[in-house]
Amino acid sequence: MIRIENLVKSFGAKRAVDGVSFEVARGEVLGFLGPNGAGKSTTMRMITGFIPPTSGRVTVGGHDVAESPLEAKRLIGYLPEAAPSYPDMTVEGFLGFAAEMRGLEGAARRTAIARVVDLCFLQSVLAQSIDTLSKGYRHRTCLAQALIHDPEVLILDEPTDGLDPNQKHEVRNLIRELGRSKAVVFSTHILEEVDAACTRAIIIDRGRIVANGTPAELRALSAHAGAVTLHAAGASAEKLAALGRVEPVNGAFRVVPKDRGAAGQLALAVVELAQREGWKLDALHTEEGQLDEVFRSLTLPDTVKK
Amino acid sequence: MISAAHAVRTIAKRELVAYFTSPVAYVFLVIFLLLTGFLTFTAGGFFERGEASLAAFFAFHPWVYLVLVPAVGMRLWAEERRAGTLELLLTLPVTAWQAILGKFAASWTFLAIALALTFPVIVTVNVLGEPDNGQIFAGYLGSFFLAGAYLAITCFTSATTRNQVVAFILSVVLCLFLLLAGFSPVTDLLVRWASPALVDTVAAFSVVTHFDGFQKGVIDSRDVLFFLSVIGFALFATGVVLRNR
Repeated sequence: MIRIENLVKSFGAKRAVDGVSFEVARGEVLGFLGPNGAGKSTTMRMITGFIPPTSGRVTVGGHDVAESPLEAKRLIGYLPEAAPSYPDMTVEGFLGFAAEMRGLEGAARRTAIARVVDLCFLQSVLAQSIDTLSKGYRHRTCLAQALIHDPEVLILDEPTDGLDPNQKHEVRNLIRELGRSKAVVFSTHILEEVDAACTRAIIIDRGRIVANGTPAELRALSAHAGAVTLHAAGASAEKLAALGRVEPVNGAFRVVPKDRGAAGQLALAVVELAQREGWKLDALHTEEGQLDEVFRSLTLPDTVKK
Repeated sequence: MISAAHAVRTIAKRELVAYFTSPVAYVFLVIFLLLTGFLTFTAGGFFERGEASLAAFFAFHPWVYLVLVPAVGMRLWAEERRAGTLELLLTLPVTAWQAILGKFAASWTFLAIALALTFPVIVTVNVLGEPDNGQIFAGYLGSFFLAGAYLAITCFTSATTRNQVVAFILSVVLCLFLLLAGFSPVTDLLVRWASPALVDTVAAFSVVTHFDGFQKGVIDSRDVLFFLSVIGFALFATGVVLRNR
């Protein structure tokens, strides 16, 4: 549904997005990760046609965003960063406007509004003016606007930003649900969301894609992925060193395999060694790798001087 | 599917409703009506003229509009930019032109409503004497075009900034220039240094020169064309600014 080829956006001398390419198919939820200023929002703005790329191509549903923007925009529902809306309108008025701009009228318009109000839990504030709403409601009002025409493509820029934990949970479930029949791209810097909602994730840093894969594949990039941690009385680091690199962790030992490919056999080897040596095995687990570790190792925080 | 006309209408409707949901619209209407009424009967010398015409009423419109039209138009784009709703609006399936036309149409309609509310002055002059109502109609038409020209310029300045005050000041300055270029105290002064032909050329760019034609009761296609081209050019410039934001 979405195809991005070699997308570049320069602001003056700075390349905010530097040769990004990826595709998102129907039924996929793509998590877009990266530190602040990595180019996530800029990329999303180019997909939705808000800013033109310096070079490269974006097609949505087969329509080139630069050449036939209206056809592409019809397919897209977009939640911009900071979820803007017209503060002097009521929630109902705002959603009505969005519906009308999407060509929904009469009964279709009423049905569409009822549907998104239900999806985004807005019943209680329908008649309220948007500037009287709390941030969470304002955010969901803008999200409702993006869903009003039941779009095939959803671009959500930090959809859970500013929501409380319950609301975050609901929105993640909603995204996962919507992802079954649509192509969804959402940006976040909350790493748990990748596991909670994504089928695939891209990590972007300084305008470039540094990782692209399923959450499990990304975790496997972690330095500790496949490592076995063992709590056992009598265990000795020297003996374990035969199996891999050994690191002491809080009274336990972590064995990092020398060869990533052999990671599957490591746990078994550790158990066999423990039995041979007569260690009292207390706990043993294979680490999947931590996403935040992968994230940190692949991206440069903006608190570090470049 | 949504047609271009439907998109323009939907945007215009939202914008017009937005005027009347904020107190600014009512404050504007009251100030506009008080100010035009006051100027007509005091500084304009409506009674002292001893003629059944609205010359005293229309004479001050270029000056009243100079301040009030930028006040109406300054929020059009500056507010969208500040609140971030520009991103929402321009990622809907509309072109920038449709959005520009819709917004312009809404605020021009608002100004037309304000102008229409001055109808008591027509009643007054018709009760007191026998004015040429054709001339009055032409005067109103000229006033409407003048407001449109100022408004289109404000539309342009509003698109260049996210600050409404900056938009207001810029448009007052631009409109003042268009006004003074044909204002007789200024042109009389210029004739001393420049050739009359040059002064006439500059004056031809002034809104006053073309506005005066309407006040004489003449709807000259050249005057209409002048106002339409100012509006067209300013809206085109708005489009260029929005495209290159």
